[in-house]
Amino acid sequence: MALLDVQNLKTYFYTREGAVQAVDGVSFSVEVGRTLGIVGESGCGKSVTALSIMGLIPRPPAKIVDGAVLFDGRDLTKLSEHELEDVRGKEIAMIFQDPMTSLNPTFKIGTQITETLRRHFDISKAAARLRAVELLEEVGIPDAAARLDDYPHQFSGGMRQRVMIAIALSCQPRLLIADEPTTALDVTIQAQILDLLERLRVERQMALLIITHDMGVIAEVADEVAVMYAGQFVERAPALELFDNPEHPYTEALLGALPQLEGSGIREGRLTAIPGRPPDLVDLPEGCRFAPRCPYDGLDSCASRPQELREVRPGHLVRSAHPASARGHAREPVAT
Amino acid sequence: MTEGSALVPTASTGGPLLTVTDLEKHFPVRQGILWERTVGYVKAVDGVSFSIPEGKTLGLVGESGSGKSTTGYCILQLLKPTGGTIRFQDTELTTLKGEDLRRARQHMQIVFQDPYSSLDPRMTVGSIVAEPLEVHRIGTRKGRTERVRRLLEVVGFNPNFTNRYPHEFSGGQRQRIGIARALALSPKLIVCDEPVSALDVSIQAQILNLLKDLQRDFGLTYLFISHDLAVVRTMADEIAVMNQGKLVEVGAAEEVYLHPKDEYTRALFTAVPVPDPRRQRERKAERARLRLDRATGM
Repeated sequence: MALLDVQNLKTYFYTREGAVQAVDGVSFSVEVGRTLGIVGESGCGKSVTALSIMGLIPRPPAKIVDGAVLFDGRDLTKLSEHELEDVRGKEIAMIFQDPMTSLNPTFKIGTQITETLRRHFDISKAAARLRAVELLEEVGIPDAAARLDDYPHQFSGGMRQRVMIAIALSCQPRLLIADEPTTALDVTIQAQILDLLERLRVERQMALLIITHDMGVIAEVADEVAVMYAGQFVERAPALELFDNPEHPYTEALLGALPQLEGSGIREGRLTAIPGRPPDLVDLPEGCRFAPRCPYDGLDSCASRPQELREVRPGHLVRSAHPASARGHAREPVAT
Repeated sequence: MTEGSALVPTASTGGPLLTVTDLEKHFPVRQGILWERTVGYVKAVDGVSFSIPEGKTLGLVGESGSGKSTTGYCILQLLKPTGGTIRFQDTELTTLKGEDLRRARQHMQIVFQDPYSSLDPRMTVGSIVAEPLEVHRIGTRKGRTERVRRLLEVVGFNPNFTNRYPHEFSGGQRQRIGIARALALSPKLIVCDEPVSALDVSIQAQILNLLKDLQRDFGLTYLFISHDLAVVRTMADEIAVMNQGKLVEVGAAEEVYLHPKDEYTRALFTAVPVPDPRRQRERKAERARLRLDRATGM
């Protein structure tokens, strides 16, 4: 059985303008020791997916209107706030994008680590402090014992993210959710943090759910990838398969729009931009949500027909009437 | 796109438009409350030299805090450099003052990173784009209105929206407004300071393509500042890599990307994850090897 099994999750925000369908029927599972990457652009619902799993969405205005979040067989959406507090931090931990704002600037970092430990385990202050030193050493903070009494502002961005990871790991969670863990960091620091997450995942046999907008980060860490667009998964596949044979027109376009660091002769060329922008989540198109930007729209009635996720190859799901494999070379894209 | 007569395209002469020599910007670090004294300097920019030929793009890359934005601000005289010279065409910028500086600034503009904070929320799109024209007293009121419409058309922004406010538009559309404002005075040089870093990938490609089109059509010269090495590669003819206030490597873009010479440049390049899992596995091994070399002092 998968450690985390999310089934048809729907999280809506009820606003004056109407219901924002931020997450609209998302299903996936993560096994112990594996990494699932969710990739998408801003506003596609990837962070709300993570917050919904943790029960951290602001209610109201948000509400989980349908679906289940099964963690080790227990449906987290059915738990009370008090029961959730025992799961959060202990069983499932989360790290956020911005290590500047997710640490409390008025407390020493030692206090912030031991706080989590003492919330979940019955240990003395002294024992918690010893454990905190071990944790800081594990995430690669030099001179750990002395740094326990430093405040967050005395750490660099990369070091702060290491502190966040140390706090997340303090209770030996079985699932770690990382929401854009390296977006605020320089690339050399990003590489260190990704290496660290990878090492910890292997050593501790954790499941990792990583949320990012960066296809490069996905290529480095993910075993399986879900591409999210306008509140839904539009494609899901093992990482190698997704990059080798992208099926959804959006995935293809996203990969095509990326500037390349390697390869030759791109200075003269143009990037293949995706025309338009994502739909308004209050007023969604009735059919395929990518249709207004899709180069293959107009060939049939897909714009008026909602698309379901369907398996085109074993383990490779796509939500489009025009997956690449069905297109072949028979039809040329309609000019945009 | 409209033809560019209104924007005075410049014929490329091939010579350098901008030459920066030994540029320095040292910020004093002060201590004490009543009797402040300078206890040291932060050498944000420390002896930087490069030149950009007319109509070309220099990509200035580096990590946060490397001094790349400070370099851009010094060139535009938004910060006063503490040393070095900046020649723009035939004018030495560092000694200019008052009216002369104001006139020189017409030819140099900037596009900022954040399209949310770089547009005044209380001004309409039309008045934002017209402001540089008003500051420099160019044209009549009617002429300016017409020019604003033309500028917005050029950057692919619907000119009928001149009476709307920035908050009504997405990041990509706002960045188009910022670019139209930068183009208003028909500048020769545009400093692009992380112009696409706040944008999503699909929108980022639209803006990069626009900047390329504008350069081709109007012969613009760009100083393109970015931390994103892949983005810079699609834009730059030449690359300058900056680290801790100094340039560690300058050269033709393809040469630097294919055969980086400096150790820091190599480390920076191998740290970037590429969107290809197979290739990324190799790069990860390369990354580990570089780190090992450094650790063992080889």
